[in-house]
Amino acid sequence: MTDVSTNGASSGSNGAGNGTDVLIDVRNVVKHFGSVIALAGVSMTVKRGQVLCLLGDNGAGKSTLIKTLAGVHKPTNGEFLVEGEHVDFDSPRDALDAGIATVYQDLAMIPLMSVTRNFFMGREPVRKLGPIRFINFDEADRVTREEMHRIGIDVRDPQQAVGTLSGGERQCVAIARAVYFGAKVLILDEPTSALGVAQTSMVLKYVDQVRSKGLGVIFITHNVRHAMAVGDRFTVLNRGKTLGNFAKDEITMDELQNLMAGGKELQQLSASLGGTV
Amino acid sequence: MVEKTLDGGSEAAAEPPETAAAKGDERLREVSAMTKLMRRPELGAVAGLILVTVFFLFTANANMFTLAGIMNFMAPAAQLGILAIGAALLMVGGEFDLSVGSMVAFAGLIFGACLVVLGLPLPLAILVTFVLAAAMGALNGQIVLRTGLPSFIVTLAFLFILRGMTLVGLKLATGGSTQLRGVKDAVEGSWVAGLFSGDAFEGLFAWFASMGWIDTFKNGLPKVQGVPVEVIWFVLFAAIATWVLVRTRFGNWIFASGGDANAARNSGVAVNRVKTILFMLTACCAALVAILTVLDAGSTDARRGFQKEFEAIIAAVIGGCLLTGGYGSAIGAAIGAVIFGMVLIGLTYTTIDQDWYLVFLGGMLLTAVLFNNYIRKRATGER
Repeated sequence: MTDVSTNGASSGSNGAGNGTDVLIDVRNVVKHFGSVIALAGVSMTVKRGQVLCLLGDNGAGKSTLIKTLAGVHKPTNGEFLVEGEHVDFDSPRDALDAGIATVYQDLAMIPLMSVTRNFFMGREPVRKLGPIRFINFDEADRVTREEMHRIGIDVRDPQQAVGTLSGGERQCVAIARAVYFGAKVLILDEPTSALGVAQTSMVLKYVDQVRSKGLGVIFITHNVRHAMAVGDRFTVLNRGKTLGNFAKDEITMDELQNLMAGGKELQQLSASLGGTV
Repeated sequence: MVEKTLDGGSEAAAEPPETAAAKGDERLREVSAMTKLMRRPELGAVAGLILVTVFFLFTANANMFTLAGIMNFMAPAAQLGILAIGAALLMVGGEFDLSVGSMVAFAGLIFGACLVVLGLPLPLAILVTFVLAAAMGALNGQIVLRTGLPSFIVTLAFLFILRGMTLVGLKLATGGSTQLRGVKDAVEGSWVAGLFSGDAFEGLFAWFASMGWIDTFKNGLPKVQGVPVEVIWFVLFAAIATWVLVRTRFGNWIFASGGDANAARNSGVAVNRVKTILFMLTACCAALVAILTVLDAGSTDARRGFQKEFEAIIAAVIGGCLLTGGYGSAIGAAIGAVIFGMVLIGLTYTTIDQDWYLVFLGGMLLTAVLFNNYIRKRATGER
């Protein structure tokens, strides 16, 4: 718990030695909340060094699916394999230990706490002096500054509050934290939905960087443009079911958009608006 | 010119990449001393302390700032401070405890009853008092965490429940009275009593007197015989609580739990455990104050700790705690308590009507909250 794993890339190469490139394999996952069927049999796979975009309109079941993967919900039915092994998560901590890190829309960052305190929240580097244990802030500050520098965020003082960072920077800090603590799979829940253009490109650039390190990324969005910018594969959900799995060269942006909206109405609306939706 | 442009971009171009870390350190110096100061949550409390000190330097009798005068206001400040530090940690953790005042009375009853009615030895009575207080704190915490009700409501209920139980319990223990006497006789001769009552460092003060460094009576005895033990407890507790809050993992978890419980849970922080421990700690602070005051007075009564919960929370707020949690300081709360002690006792050294104390209480709370909100926005750049 206290030890700091070196980085995601090295653990990734270990896994490659076992001959499996599939990091996450979801087979027919079903989730019921009482009488509501949130997921009615969803399947997808995420490979090493691949960005899987999970698309779907509101209520399609995206959030339920990723919360199931992240250990927040338990699936009612279906199989869930991580690197070829069946897993059964009881808590977010279990998922974290299995190398699945989720960066939630609401960020999992605490604005009033410093960048360092946020970066190491729950996994503080502890120094021992006899029976006394305390946080090694020199080490924590140094690592935070280095990691921030690596992703190109200018953190003047790692003790400054996270609230002083921009939305895009906060997303990047959250992703950097997950990568630093050895995540194999990153689940990003609508990381660009609240961001401006410059900040979105900053986050997308960093997602690309993470992919080239050999991590698998599940990128949830309902912005097809953002999905096309970084995605290798696309899974479209609608009303709790998989509408289709596509590779990047199998589908165009328009087709993806229509599929996501799930009907002709939007197509007509889009045409009347000059194709701007 | 070059020293003045601290712009990171132009420097990066000029420097080889190996010095990136060194550059990071260089940028550290850009943070002005003022910004650093503004970022400290206890800034308001320090400013308040200076203000109050200056006020009494001008208005109060000179005796207030003699050694005896300082001990005079530090004793009540210490009692309030122990409660305030507990309240501050709990507030940083995102919860309130309005039952601490009633808990002082309840713990006083338990402690008094153990000694006088049951005739337990002092160490055992102290142990029983702390264990029962911690259990009540844990109960408070569990109700809050399991029902998801605001701690404000749950502990408000316990404010009345504990006060009522104290009244009923005192009548049962004494056969009808709301005051339980005879504690002094029950602890006669126990060395443990010295840890919780009387003065500390008496030898040191006698030596100071013999050296002529402090004021003495005509017979050569020092006017101040030592430091009241509650002040020692208070100072020790303030130091430990501050260290735990800012330097340990548990402290980071307190900030995280109060800042955003969900985000903290998602990062693997044991939020429920942190909050339960804090509720237990707050109750134990009340028990400590109960033991100190009951041993000092030799009796316990139903009004003990009356409205102390509000004073403790106000001291914590003056010390920089936000009512919304996730931000605050233990040492700030301690300073807040000292401000209270100074005003409460200080007014008796002036010609000012002492009932202004209550006006001061409310005014200070209002000022502190406004000040804290302003500082928080400045320091965190909240948009």
